[in-house]
Amino acid sequence: MATKPKVIVVGGGVGGLWATIRIVERNVPVDLFSLFPVKRSHTCCAQGGINAVFDIKGQEDSVWQHIVDTIKGGDYLADQPPIRSMCEAAPGLVRTYDRMGVTFSRTPEGIMDQRLFGGVKNRRTAFAGATTGQQLLYAADEQVRACEADGKVTKYEEWEFLSVVLDDKGTCRGIAAMNLNDMTVHTFRADAVILATGGLGLIFGRSTMSTNSTGAAASRVYQQGAKFANGEFVQFHPTAMKGHDKLRLMSEACRGEGGRIWVPRTPGDTRDPREIPESERFYFLEEWYPAYGNTVPRDVASRAEFRVVRHMGLGVGGQDIVYLDLSHHPRAFLEARLGAILDMYRTFSGEDPYTGPMKIFPAMHYSMGGILVGFAKDEQTGGMQSIHPDNHQSTIAGLFACGECDSAFHGANRLGANSLLSATYSGMIAGDASVAYTKGLKNGSADTADRHFESEKNRQEEINQALISSDGTENPFALHRELGELMQEHVFVERDNKGLDKALEGIRQLRARSARMRVDDKATRVNQSLSWARQIQDMIVLAEVIAKGARMRDECRGSHYKAEFELKIPEGKFEGDPEFERYKAKWKANNEKWLKITVATHAKDGPKIDYRPVDLSVLAPTKPRDYR
Amino acid sequence: MADREIQFNVKRQDGPEAAPYWEEFTMPYSSGHNVVSALMYLREHPCNANGETVNPVVWDCNCMEEVCGACAMLINGVPRQACAALVDDLEQPIVLEPLSKFPVVRDLVVDRQRMFDALLKIKAWVPVDGSWDIHRHAPLISPNEQSIRYLFSRCMTCGCCMEACPQFQQDSKFIGPAPFAQVRLHNSHPTGSFFNPDRLHAIMGEGGITDCGNAQNCVEVCPKDIPLTDAIAELGRQTTIQWIRDLFVR
Repeated sequence: MATKPKVIVVGGGVGGLWATIRIVERNVPVDLFSLFPVKRSHTCCAQGGINAVFDIKGQEDSVWQHIVDTIKGGDYLADQPPIRSMCEAAPGLVRTYDRMGVTFSRTPEGIMDQRLFGGVKNRRTAFAGATTGQQLLYAADEQVRACEADGKVTKYEEWEFLSVVLDDKGTCRGIAAMNLNDMTVHTFRADAVILATGGLGLIFGRSTMSTNSTGAAASRVYQQGAKFANGEFVQFHPTAMKGHDKLRLMSEACRGEGGRIWVPRTPGDTRDPREIPESERFYFLEEWYPAYGNTVPRDVASRAEFRVVRHMGLGVGGQDIVYLDLSHHPRAFLEARLGAILDMYRTFSGEDPYTGPMKIFPAMHYSMGGILVGFAKDEQTGGMQSIHPDNHQSTIAGLFACGECDSAFHGANRLGANSLLSATYSGMIAGDASVAYTKGLKNGSADTADRHFESEKNRQEEINQALISSDGTENPFALHRELGELMQEHVFVERDNKGLDKALEGIRQLRARSARMRVDDKATRVNQSLSWARQIQDMIVLAEVIAKGARMRDECRGSHYKAEFELKIPEGKFEGDPEFERYKAKWKANNEKWLKITVATHAKDGPKIDYRPVDLSVLAPTKPRDYR
Repeated sequence: MADREIQFNVKRQDGPEAAPYWEEFTMPYSSGHNVVSALMYLREHPCNANGETVNPVVWDCNCMEEVCGACAMLINGVPRQACAALVDDLEQPIVLEPLSKFPVVRDLVVDRQRMFDALLKIKAWVPVDGSWDIHRHAPLISPNEQSIRYLFSRCMTCGCCMEACPQFQQDSKFIGPAPFAQVRLHNSHPTGSFFNPDRLHAIMGEGGITDCGNAQNCVEVCPKDIPLTDAIAELGRQTTIQWIRDLFVR
């Protein structure tokens, strides 16, 4: 390449910030785009911690066990070489965070402490009080600020990513973005672009996610040809509190620190929960899953809550509520370990979680699916090559994805405290990969004809103009509410094909209606209604990817549950028992059919769904998940 | 609530140069609303109390958990996060204004870039050789020191303390309270402390720590209870020692 390369990173959560740091370390300048100052990114909402094996709790923990837990937690649906490499890299990444000054909680000896999280048996989660995500985000933000001081990073904060600019061969050569102050559209050249735009919780209306986690950016590149994988796999977090605006997460650390989930044994019991004696409380997770108890994985816990509430009629006060109880712990212990979360519960509910149980229910929390990205396998180690242009590259050449908007690592379900890890790790890998990619380019973006940028700018300006001048009747905010209700009704914790057909029909209707939107705000500055009108259209597109993937996948795997196709573990039967072996044979046959990654390709009349095999070279499935 | 309504009086401004004006809004009452969720309702139904269709009010928000710092504004005259301001706890009409110490972008959206610029100026980071693993942790930190550092590390750059500070003004040079907490934080890290002189020099000149008037308003309004005045007192000592050291180095 004749000119010096440049990379654009879109999104400033830990994924985007780590990508930025890595690129700058290789002496390539970065333009960093974000909807808001990067320090306000959704990473700050991650509470519990980050997984990395240090084996400091006398439990003989090992990196191999972390690999196994991650693979099994994801029900084998993620390519395994990247999982292996991520778990191997985890201790080094957490050490780096420590060196960057993260205020990790300490043992009496002054090293970072580790706590227990769901889905595992060892204390493997490093944490900073109950605001680990905030602390890791700030550390990365500070390092990027140091790069900024050196003139190597240019921030475009309060800019919205609209699209990638593609050349004649379909290679990504830059982006189009909108200045959210004056609403003007601009194009920017870059030799590689990394999307680190986070999750898509807002597609479910209310979720545990921030109000900007719409998935719109991922949807936009999907509509430009990037393939989207495993969309139907959405994690429902078992412990969230309700609100008009958001379902606030009560961290899994609550369960890790001994929180107990229960309902009154008597339906409609109206007593103050503190007056209900132990014998009249139904600790259903402890009864049903004695080995893990309250720390079963999130999907198991969410479905159990659905079962007691929707099928057994035991919801607190007849509502979608179960209790999460920490009040048996001393106040000082709770303040030190979970203070920030419990204070948040008190702030937003007006009730005291130190003396009585919290009211919670499952909420959409994380998207395991995302932009399909590649990896370069290292045949020597069985992991992925640490620096390779294929790593985290999407199906659009020159476009990379990292963090929650990609589809790697988590398969059918994500383990708690693995998301801060995967966001950090994938940011690092995508940053390195993007630089490796630019080195292999014959022609840089500077050689790309102006007309590609001009036509993309015109296309985006036309979309804005059409919305602003529309005399339609549909309100973009009302459409979003309806989309959320539809997704929570039919594409939620429990799914069935009849309901999913209804969801798909409803989504198509919403799509048709979204073509007749009006934008109430007539201002030319900070027009949030215009932004939202664009985003809701993109959310509807991804909603269809999610619902169609769910409709077509006739099985239960990880977070995706259809009762009709459930292979039930025979009660009280274990390996060796003929009944259990018959069950295992069915489970094997089901894997033959469904242990495949869903790949969605955009088409005008809706997503085209294909499947591709999973790389199972590290640990092939030999027996079903069993958390009893 | 007898009238089963939520009433707002919002100070609006179309742009940085435009004149501000007040507009009243009402919406049906429902329990459990906070100021942001109410604004979301009004955004979907952009109609003022006179029944006129108007441009929806704009504001910043993101996390809705009082942890990202985006939605700080003046609510009944108090600087705080709108997401954590429960309607049921507020006197009505609820008066919403943009933070007054920062330039208004539009309505309740203000430009707090000055706070991020301050973080750059004070070098609020722990310098590392690189992001790669060096196979070592940070030096040991006692649980007690960690718990003190943790108090400061939760600053979300929301600007409430800056709003409450009488010395911090749009046209004053004073750097404001929030950056001091970050100097205190990074100076107390075992390797971050290698660069204490750089951070201390950044707050020793004009607009620095000696401009603090000791009103102690900052610590009163901080939504995270960050002991800002402790940080300022501690840095008073550190800067004095640094000043004496500088005399000898010269």
